[in-house]
This record gives sequence, structure tokens and C-alpha cells, in this order.
Amino acid sequence: MGSSILELVHINNYVMLAAILFAIGVMGVMFRRNTIIIFMCIELMLNAVNLLLVAFSTMHSDPGGQVMVFFIMAVAAAEVAVGLAILVMIYRNVKSVDIDILNKLKW
Amino acid sequence: MTNLIWLIPILPLLGFLINGIGNKNVPRSVSGWIASLSVLGSFIISIGAFGTLMADPNVVIQADYFEWLSAGSFTLDFGFLVDRLSIVMLLFITGVGFLIHVYSIGYMHEEEDYARYFAYLNLFVFFMLLLVLGSSYVLMFVGWEGVGLCSYLLIGFWFKNNAYNDAAKKAFIMNRIGDLGFLLGMFLIFQTFGSLEYDTVFAGARQMTFDQPVLTAITLLLFVGAIGKSAQIPLYTWLPDAMAGPTPVSALIHAATMVTAGIYMVVRSNVLYVMAPFSSEVVAYVGLLTALMAGLIGLKQNDIKKVLAYSTVSQLGFMFVALGVGAYTTALFHVVTHAFFKALLFLCAGSVIHAMGGEQDVRKMGGLKKALPVTHLTFLIGTLAIAGAPPFAGFFSKDEILAGAWTHSYLIFGILAISAILTAVYMFRLYYLTFHGEFRGSKHQQEHLHESPISMTIPLMVLAGLSTVGGFLGMPEIFHMPHFLNNFLEPVTGWADLYAHGHASHTFEYTLIGSSLVLLIVIIYFVYNKYVKDAHVPKADHLVTGFQNVLANKFYVDEFYNTFITKPLNVLSSFSYNWIEKGFIDRIVNSFGYLTNGASGVLRLVQSGHIGLYIIAMVIAVILMFVFKMII
Repeated sequence: MGSSILELVHINNYVMLAAILFAIGVMGVMFRRNTIIIFMCIELMLNAVNLLLVAFSTMHSDPGGQVMVFFIMAVAAAEVAVGLAILVMIYRNVKSVDIDILNKLKW
Repeated sequence: MTNLIWLIPILPLLGFLINGIGNKNVPRSVSGWIASLSVLGSFIISIGAFGTLMADPNVVIQADYFEWLSAGSFTLDFGFLVDRLSIVMLLFITGVGFLIHVYSIGYMHEEEDYARYFAYLNLFVFFMLLLVLGSSYVLMFVGWEGVGLCSYLLIGFWFKNNAYNDAAKKAFIMNRIGDLGFLLGMFLIFQTFGSLEYDTVFAGARQMTFDQPVLTAITLLLFVGAIGKSAQIPLYTWLPDAMAGPTPVSALIHAATMVTAGIYMVVRSNVLYVMAPFSSEVVAYVGLLTALMAGLIGLKQNDIKKVLAYSTVSQLGFMFVALGVGAYTTALFHVVTHAFFKALLFLCAGSVIHAMGGEQDVRKMGGLKKALPVTHLTFLIGTLAIAGAPPFAGFFSKDEILAGAWTHSYLIFGILAISAILTAVYMFRLYYLTFHGEFRGSKHQQEHLHESPISMTIPLMVLAGLSTVGGFLGMPEIFHMPHFLNNFLEPVTGWADLYAHGHASHTFEYTLIGSSLVLLIVIIYFVYNKYVKDAHVPKADHLVTGFQNVLANKFYVDEFYNTFITKPLNVLSSFSYNWIEKGFIDRIVNSFGYLTNGASGVLRLVQSGHIGLYIIAMVIAVILMFVFKMII
């Protein structure tokens, strides 16, 4: 049971690291104004979850978790492509990537 | 022939479909003939059926085609019943109907909506035949409603004129009031007898004891229906207004056929009425009052069609008196003769109006006998027939009614005799004003006076012939001739005849015939003196005073209804509209709208457009969800 890597570093550490990374991501999304940074923070959150998935997958010797990670990475790649394209268009239109300028989405 | 019965109503229906769907694509020269020939076809089949029925008094053609309605234990077949009563109705509906269709071809030739007119007319004949042929009250009711609809459509045929539309609506609404009574009567019949088929109902009624309250209720309710359809007091006011329709329509629907549906219904239900003497008494007195009142009003009307309309109301009253006193055959006899001479009179009036270029006021006519010889002669025959001059049709039927009334009650007889005298007076007044004396119209009209085309005059002549010989269907006993109609209808009314009050004595019949003849001659003499010799012309409307004014204004019945029924109803509706609808219901509904609107006005401020805020809200919400999950 359990692989050598988990004997080296305990699973708790992985969970802690993933939680910290996720929290940093959430904070970044909530409090930064630069859209690119927000974007990166979202990626950070995704990868925190990936890390968790991989860790648990190893712990349970279940490759399903790792398969899921590949899916997430593939989707994230597509998402990045679309998201950055949107950002480029926003920048071309308003000459800024400040999120507070984009407040037209209301009543 | 008997298995062709279903064709009788189907042929006019086909005519209706062709003219109705084809409408203006049907060539004008064809559509009138399609309509006429379809009715002629029904007439020929009816004659065939008549032959079958003539042969044997016990023959009844009953044909059930399919199960029509079925609910629980109740089933109703769609079936036709041709017995001796319905065949009499069939023959004159299709016969007179055919003549009037032919007449319409000439009369309506300038009309734009030619096909629509004939479609309606065919539809009317279809429904009327359904009414007469049905073997149950339900099928009768279908026809009953259908003819009401056609009457509405045809009164409002010239729908661009608002007054005509109002007349049409009036006719329809008044008929609906009566129909409600008919419907309730039907419910009560079903509750009492468990069926609406004539056979079952009448067989059940024969088993009942005399003078049951439920039978009185049924017959009175059915009679309410008849009051509406056959224009009796208090629902008669629609009929004079119905003259807004084209004249052949007045002849067919509002004189010869539809308005006699009420009489047919009562004759058909004679078993019920015999068992309910109180209802019969009501029928007699309502008829009596109508006959007298309409006769009085007819005296002072100056519109040629209005006079005929009131005369129709009055004659229908005569028929109801006959029904009320138990002389069912006599009533039907008068229906038939009345169909002949009243259709004739209306068609003559149409011919006069045609010649006068649409003028209907007799004060602007006069001396038309030279220009319209055929119309004049046929109108004279019609007048003599309705006034009861021997040997014309009305003489026999009216004398029979009077004799029937005599055996029942002297009061009814007396008032009815006065009404009969009134009939003669207003009809001869109309005749002399229209055809004798000097022409009082405009120069332009005088130059254009012309006899009507042959398609109009031939029906006139045929009807005049029928009005002359129609009375021989029922000769009084004293002439020692067989009373054809009485014998013929024996299978239908035989049971009711057992309860009849016996026959008037021969001496009485001689006296009646003699005195009515003398009276008629006296009346003609006086009316001739007044309107031809003294060239009296009815005064302009505003110069009429006193009781004459009351008569000219039709006893102010319309005004009375207007004040006491229409106006309060209008006030009630406007109250409902302004206060209940607008003030109450609308406010409740609207306040829900305002509430939602106000609440959303406050809530939408939350949506500020700052993405950061949204994200914070989202994160807080997610955290709350987790917390919530943990607590639970």
C-alpha cells in the first residue's frame, strides 16, 4: 500500500500545499485588478486541484485521478486560448486590462 | 323512396356548401339555380315519401343513422322520423321554399353578394328540414338553433347598415331567451322520461295521470321556446324589425316557415299539452292577446312590410289559440294556408318595392294596379285569403279556428273574432293604399314603374293558385266533404282528439260563415270608402295623435323594453365594467405588477457591474455553503 513518494512526503503536506495554492488563487482573483493576474490566479487554482488529484490518485493507486488531471490540463489549455483572445480584444478596445473598467455588465 | 329520406336535408346542405365555399367563384347565373334545384330535389323526394305515407295510415318512416351521443346510460341516435305531421311540414317548406328561391333569383339580381345570399337561404332550408325531420327533441333543437342563426345572418344580410345589424342582433337575442326555455324543457323531459326520443317520451306521457305539475312545467318551458321562435307576446318585437332583411327572406323565414316552428313543436308534443290543461290555457291566452295586439298595431303601420309583419304575428297568435283550445290539426291547417298566402303577400310586397325602387312607405304608393297587373291580382288574392273570404285558403282555416275557439270559451271566441275583423281591415287598407287611388310617389319613380321579371311573377302566380285552393285541404263538416287534413293527421293527433271538446254545431257553423261573409263585405265597403273614394292618406307621423299615435308607436312596447330591460342592463354592465372590472379586478392584478416592479427596482442595485464584487460574493457564497454543509 502506498508508494515510496508518499512515504517520503506525507499526504498531509500535499493537501496543505494544494489548499494554500488554492487560497492564493482565490485571493488573487478576488483582490487583484489586473485581468491577466486574475487569469493566472485561476490557473493557479486549477493546478492546486490537479496537485490534489494526483496526490490522492497515488495514495489510492487509482489512475483515474491522473486521467482526470490530463483532461483538466487539456481543457485549461483551450480555456487559456479563448480567455487570452478575449483579453487581447478587451485591450484593443479599451486600452486597458483593469477589471474595474469593465463594469458595463449590469442593469 | 323511403331510403332516400336522408337526401331531403342533404341536398340543400350541398347547395349551401357549393355556394358558400365557392362564393364569388360560382358564376352568378348558376348559383341561384343550384340553390333552387337543390330545394326542388328535396321537394320531389318529399312527394315520394308523401305517396308512401298516403297509402297506409299506419306507416311511419323512421330511420336511425348512427349513434350520435352517448354518455353513461344515455344514448341518442341520429335519426329521422317522417310521419304524417312532418310530411305536411316538409312539403310546404320545400315547396314554398323552392318558389321563394326562384323568386329570389329575379329579386336579388342586382345584389353583389349573390352566392352568399343563396348559401344562407340553402342553409336555412337545411336546418328547417332538420328541425322537422328529427326523431328526437335534441335534433329538433339543433334545427331550432340553426334556423335562428340563419335568420340572424339573413336579417343582417346587408351588414353595412348598422340598423339592420341591430335588428339581426335583436332577433337573435330574443330567440335565445326563448331557446333557454326550450332547453330547460328538454332537461326536464329527460329527467322525467329518461329519453328525448319522441316515441319514448310520448309513450311515457300516455301512461301518466292527467294534469301532473311536471308536465305543466315541461309544456310551459317548451312554450317559452315557441314564444321566442314564433314571435308571441312578450318576445314578438323582433319579428317586425326582422323586416330589415331582403323581402324573400321575410317571406320564407319570417312568415312561412321558421316562425311556424313553434307551432310544429307544440303539435308534435300534443300528447304532452293535452295532459297539461293549464299550459294549454296559457298557450291559448298568449296567442289570443298577441293576435289582438298585433292586429291593432297593424292598423296604423305605414310600411308595407311592417303591416305584413304584424299580420304575421297576429296570425301566429291565431294558430296558438287553436293549439291552446286543442285543435291541433286546425293549427297546422292554418300554418299551411298561412304559408301560402303570407309568402304570396310578402313576395308581392317585394315586387312592389322592386318596382318602386326600394320605397316601402304606402303613403308614397297608390294606383299601382295599372303598372303591376300581375302583382296587383295576386296581392288581391292573398288579401282575400288572409281576410278570410270564401273560397280562398284563409277562409277555411280561420273559420275552423274560430269554431274551435267557440267550443272552448266564448271569451276567446269573441276576442279572436275581433282580431279576425282587424285582419280584414288592415289588409284591405294596405291593399287599397298600395294599388288604388292616385300615385303619390316621385315623378322619377312613376317613370320607372314596371312589372317584375318572369322569375318573380311565376312564383306569385303559383302561390296565388295555392292560396286559392289550399283551403280545400280541410272543408268544414257542413259541406259534406272529407276533411282531408283531419283524416290525414289522425295518426299523429288522434290521441289528443280524444280529449277535444266536441264539435261546434252545424247551425253555429252556418251562422259563422254567413256572418263572417257579411262582415267582410261591410269592412271592404268601409275601407274602400275611406281610402279610395275619400282618397284618405295616412297622416305624417308627427301629426298622428291620441290612441292612433299609441298604435302607430306599437303600444310603446319597444320603448318599454328599452327603459325597463335594456337600459338597466346597460347600467349594470357599465357598473360592472367601471367598478368591478376596472376598479377591483384590474387593481388587484395591477398591484401584483407594481409590487414586482418595485421589488426588482431595489434588488437590481445589487448588480453593480463590478466583477470583483461578484467574485467576492461568489466566494463567500461557496464558503457559506461549505459551512452550512458542515453544520448539518
